[in-house]
Amino acid sequence: MKPKWQVWANEAKAEFPKANSALLPLLHRIQTEEGYLSENTINDVAELLQLPVPYVESVVSFYSLYFQKPVGKRVIHVCVGLSCALNGSDQLMHHLEGKLGIQEGQTTQDGEVTLLEAECLAACDLAPVAQVNLRFVAPVESADALLAKEVNS
Amino acid sequence: MSQGPYLLRNQVIADIDQIDVYEANQGYQPLRKALKEYDPKALVEMVKASGLRGRGGAGFPTGMKWSFLPNDGRPRYLVVNSDEAEPGTFKDRELIEKNPHQLIEGMIISSYATGAREAYVYCRGEFLYGAAQLKRAVAEAYQHGYLGENILDSGFSLDIKVYRGAGAYICGEESALLESLEGKRGNPRLKPPFPAVAGLYGMPTVVNNVETICNLPPLVENGPEWYRTMGTEKSPGLKVMSVSGHVNRPGNYEIPLSTPLRSLIEDYAGGIKGGRQVKAIIPGGSSVPVLTADKLDTPVDYEAILAAGSMLGSGGCIVIDDQTCMVAVSARLVRFYREESCGKCTPCREGTFWMTDVLERMEAGAGNPRDLDLIRDMADNIAGKCFCPLGDASLGVVVSAMKYFEDEFEAHVTEHSCPMGARLYDTVNH
Repeated sequence: MKPKWQVWANEAKAEFPKANSALLPLLHRIQTEEGYLSENTINDVAELLQLPVPYVESVVSFYSLYFQKPVGKRVIHVCVGLSCALNGSDQLMHHLEGKLGIQEGQTTQDGEVTLLEAECLAACDLAPVAQVNLRFVAPVESADALLAKEVNS
Repeated sequence: MSQGPYLLRNQVIADIDQIDVYEANQGYQPLRKALKEYDPKALVEMVKASGLRGRGGAGFPTGMKWSFLPNDGRPRYLVVNSDEAEPGTFKDRELIEKNPHQLIEGMIISSYATGAREAYVYCRGEFLYGAAQLKRAVAEAYQHGYLGENILDSGFSLDIKVYRGAGAYICGEESALLESLEGKRGNPRLKPPFPAVAGLYGMPTVVNNVETICNLPPLVENGPEWYRTMGTEKSPGLKVMSVSGHVNRPGNYEIPLSTPLRSLIEDYAGGIKGGRQVKAIIPGGSSVPVLTADKLDTPVDYEAILAAGSMLGSGGCIVIDDQTCMVAVSARLVRFYREESCGKCTPCREGTFWMTDVLERMEAGAGNPRDLDLIRDMADNIAGKCFCPLGDASLGVVVSAMKYFEDEFEAHVTEHSCPMGARLYDTVNH
């Protein structure tokens, strides 16, 4: 456990004092810095908020944006919703897989990039849409343009 | 009377997300008027009189929802649903990113009307920027005296908190949203009790969509009679329609309700790309049945869209051209529900999984003639047999597409390939 997590836990509890409402904000904050939520981290969070470990695990595993395994420095979510699919998102995903040498769901060997599918990201007017570390990149002109701007720069 | 747009004011006023620009354009004047000239009951009556209906999808009358709150002295909460994740819908994202003060102003007015002292905005986890914009705007509103204790010397006090989910479509369902806001898995709750009676932290709670609440400032400014000059008797007012898919100018368009669908697609969204024809329209987000091109003259309002065989829903209008395979479209949407099923109910968890498999194999040319009846049978065993609406939502497009485009579904299994060339669906692992 890092000392500042105690501070963060207190801040989350001060902002959301009721029920277990501090849990999601605290998990977000720790994951943003750590990259993912390891078993140890989950134990620490449970201790910080005085919650049972299985409870915290069950919450973490429910939500798709919490990672329980290490991810790359850049997590690329490619939206595969219908409006994006009608505008070439499947091809975009294929091209990214080819350029990065990985399949959807995997991380490059150098630990730089994780490539994931996203369900509709609510930006269908900008299809095809991607997010890099939850920042919208849209519309994506090509796999090359996305990687040049977001990964190789 | 001012000129529209009334909700998407960011489309005509640059930097309206900044409080000084918002204030310079009559921002927070409706709030002053509401606090000064109305008591809470009169505001609820005004919303009832306007006929405003919830813009999240269900279209339930907002004023009536507010009046369900029990008068038992317990604390009340207002929760704004910004868990926008229904495929094809992207209006709330634009509203919170580009015009956040209008939402905040609407929340203060709504909280005053309903007696809430604490209000929450629940943003989907992917709205990192939208949530940041809202937090910044909330901080500005505190600095300018619109939030906190004794707002504008009215005696009314309110705190607003911005909360981010973490990736789960089901949290758009109001009771699942409340679970998530309480720091739990987003499993829907049994209803009744409805949130008005036992909502957030067990207290009386109003859950409203972002767009619904954004209607409050112009409504207070211009009055319910003005709101009823637009739309129809049962569907009055304005609606933001999110138009996407095969159109030249995809985007959010604020329209008076009962504008013809054809006008929305052709005049607002610039018509179909490449001069092709409309094949199908999903008018209200991915959960609603498709409409065919012969329904293009349908007015966009709740009753007319329902009479045409679909639902206005969230206003997420996906336009599909004549080069697109409806089996592929159905497969893609059912797959969405497979991914988003929470897994609690067997018909939804297993049904969406199996149906995706069957549709994908049909699209890949590996289907067989029994598959069409199999899909109908699966649909029959999901419909109405799940705890929450997600299972039923997975069926809207596939069942209607099979009805209107039966030949196309049959051709997939008799010819063992996609007659449209499977252009869309090339990531299946068959």
